[in-house]
Amino acid sequence: MGYQFNGQDIAHDEEGYLTDLSVWNPQLAELIAKDENIEMTPEHWEVVNFLREYYDEYQIAPAIRVLTKALKKTMGPEKASNKYLYELFPYGPAKQACKIAGLPKPTGCV
Amino acid sequence: MSTLHTVNKSPFDRPSLTSCLNHLMPGDAVLLIEDGVIAARKGSAFSSPLEAAMKDCSVYVLSPDSSARGIGDGDMVSGIETVDYGGFVDLVVKHDRTQSWL
Amino acid sequence: MSEDAKKFLYVNRKAPYGTIYALESLEVVLIGAAFEQEVTLAFLDDGVYQLAKGQETAGVGMKNFSPTYRALGDYDVNKFYVERESLEERGLTEDDLQEITYEDEDDDWAEKPSIRVVNRDEMKKIMSEQDVILSF
Repeated sequence: MGYQFNGQDIAHDEEGYLTDLSVWNPQLAELIAKDENIEMTPEHWEVVNFLREYYDEYQIAPAIRVLTKALKKTMGPEKASNKYLYELFPYGPAKQACKIAGLPKPTGCV
Repeated sequence: MSTLHTVNKSPFDRPSLTSCLNHLMPGDAVLLIEDGVIAARKGSAFSSPLEAAMKDCSVYVLSPDSSARGIGDGDMVSGIETVDYGGFVDLVVKHDRTQSWL
Repeated sequence: MSEDAKKFLYVNRKAPYGTIYALESLEVVLIGAAFEQEVTLAFLDDGVYQLAKGQETAGVGMKNFSPTYRALGDYDVNKFYVERESLEERGLTEDDLQEITYEDEDDDWAEKPSIRVVNRDEMKKIMSEQDVILSF
């Protein structure tokens, strides 16, 4: 199983999460997003970049309430709701955004 | 307000029993299960720490586990009581919380 | 936190990496955090090594999960009690532990330390005040 990217076969698990986190790059993220029927906008990137930074610092993907709390602080209250996140990632922000960010499926994820 | 402490490893294998005994509050109970019952044998290096603990705490042994290891009721440090599985349940109910020392 | 929140204590007594206990405990804490209970972590015996600073796991081929403890403040887990006697027996001091902080919502998000070193008698008392104790 893999994503076809620049003539390479990038391995993912049965749910589409990258097997090797280190192969991630923004172009690959666009490709994974397309697979999820998501067109990446700057708002999508804000969330994906936040997730990557959080993972880099703490080695976990944040729970959704941690994500909303953090977005409230850095990006303002209008972006700090489940509704906003679900509009961006209809099948669950943790599930889809983490997949696009190249992170493993979060523990106890939505 | 008291705690039931369970210990399931031999005190000769790891310090779980020692650590447990170091954290008892008066009125607490210790239940030795599985290989933890090895501590109950009289004349062992752990007889005196158990005797010290029994000044203000109770010590129990799960009899199916001691019997399985050939430790009879008469072989145990005096003051230790034996319970069967039903008695184990009664001890859990009687105390406010259970803490396992793994 | 609701009035009827129960007090949960996670007791950590094993060093990381040699067995799976430390990582399992951390995962249960993260999952359990969704249930809005009052959570306290206790580190004693070899468990104090879970918070040791400078963990480098590349050589053993395992993920270094020590940075994840620093995320727990985001999950309202900010009471880390470390037993002084356990540190001393192992030749460790508080300076050998990584710094872990949380932001206090009730104090204008002031950053405060999560780790408190307590002696054995204080640890006994903390254990005796819990509703539920989960051992690892």
